Amino acid sequence: MCGIVGLHLRDPELYPRLGSLLESMLCQMAGRGPDSAGVAVYGDHRRCPEGYAAVSALTEGSVEIPGALVTEAGDTTVIAAPMGVDDLVAAVRATGARVVGFGTDLTVYKGTGHPRELAATYDLANAQGWQGLAHTRMATESAVTPEGCHPFSVGPDQCLVHNGSFANHATIRRELRAEGVEFDSENDSEVGARFVAQRLAQGEDLAKALRALCERFDGFYTLLVTTGEGFAVVCDAIACKPAIIAETPRWVAMASEFRALADLPGIESADIYEPEPERVYAWQR
Amino acid sequence: MATVTPVSSKVDLSTSSVRALNAELHEPAAEAYEVLHPQGAHAIAAGVHHPVTVDIRGHAGYYCAGMNDGGTITVHGSAGTGVAENMMSGTVRVHGDASQSAGATGHGGLLVVSGSASMRCGISMKGIDIVVGGDIGPMSAFMAQAGRLVVCGDAGDALGDSIYEARIYVRGKVNSLGADCVEKPMRAEHLSELAGLLGAAGLDHDPADFRRYGSARKLYHFAAHNSDSY
Repeated sequence: MCGIVGLHLRDPELYPRLGSLLESMLCQMAGRGPDSAGVAVYGDHRRCPEGYAAVSALTEGSVEIPGALVTEAGDTTVIAAPMGVDDLVAAVRATGARVVGFGTDLTVYKGTGHPRELAATYDLANAQGWQGLAHTRMATESAVTPEGCHPFSVGPDQCLVHNGSFANHATIRRELRAEGVEFDSENDSEVGARFVAQRLAQGEDLAKALRALCERFDGFYTLLVTTGEGFAVVCDAIACKPAIIAETPRWVAMASEFRALADLPGIESADIYEPEPERVYAWQR
Repeated sequence: MATVTPVSSKVDLSTSSVRALNAELHEPAAEAYEVLHPQGAHAIAAGVHHPVTVDIRGHAGYYCAGMNDGGTITVHGSAGTGVAENMMSGTVRVHGDASQSAGATGHGGLLVVSGSASMRCGISMKGIDIVVGGDIGPMSAFMAQAGRLVVCGDAGDALGDSIYEARIYVRGKVNSLGADCVEKPMRAEHLSELAGLLGAAGLDHDPADFRRYGSARKLYHFAAHNSDSY
């Protein structure tokens, strides 16, 4: 069991409230995943200023990069600097740190512990932006470590969170490795994220990449995948894991359970529905 | 001095816990309860075993009215997974939609969903009657053993897979039938029982618009010519 929440804001007036809304949603899902919790925030210019790249990293010691804004948030260190993404990723990797998220609009936080405490560690309540997601983890396939915490962010401004377990991840991991793809963890969800990232890098759009994932992956999954353009939801063929979507003119939200959506502004007039199995639901900015 | 039984009582879940609500419902001091601000909480009005009336004003979470035995429970909103799961008797009404496994394993009573019900509606039903005003999702009535499932809209894939003796009535189209589930003729007694179920649910559809589905009874009897398989 794991918990997923995601919020894609359509109304810019809500951007300052992204973090507080997401924190409330995350805490409702704490019982579904008390091992660890991760968060991704899109469009917070205090965490990733315009013209900067941001890299989230798991590191033993401190990371020192000239001219960079470095923020420590529990297990995660966020490094933002006015340089290209690839250059910043290389500079952070050169310090021996493990990169767990990168982009020009995205900051990722991962850690182990109770979701409510981690939300405070990440200062989630004060986050701003146009899109965010969070995940609470109850580990089944691999160890409870910051690396195994979701989201898996393995492409620029991309994140994937997963509730469920892939059955054939080892096979697909071998295939991707043979094609030169590198992995950071033994986590089955990372294989899904690497698969999607490879498809997006080849020019497919998010919906097409997720349809390919449905073709290739066996097992149980409800996935929420975000990019710098939008977000998408898909469930496996028998919808083994829960998902509920709510839409209003001001926002699109997705969660494992309705109670995570119950306090969103305007929920009483939202269009609320469950995604159908193997149908990709995608929204763009 | 005789104590006066209050006719009606309100419980606000923004200030009271589901545990406290259910403890009260299990030994009710009132005849009727109104539950405010449910906010999708789980197990609201689970385990009711007195003839009380419960009105839930909003959306309910998982297992709402689970194991109901004699209560009249209404969700004035939608309900999460497993509404009226394992109901024994009584009535549960959902004015909105119901999530997966509505009425699962129910032994008796009536579940009415005014909107649509998601996948696995009536899975392993054992005597419950379920009436759905809209559509039902895939794999509904899987291994259904007894009871009636009425669907006023469409049914998803694999309806009635591995069904035993439950009867299914569908007004719209059926995406596909599951293993050993077949269409059967609508005889007078079926039209009559369907009219009764629709009436109990407060719906006025014409029973003649429905088709009946049930077990071909080929799956659960052992056939001698299959001996070689064992």
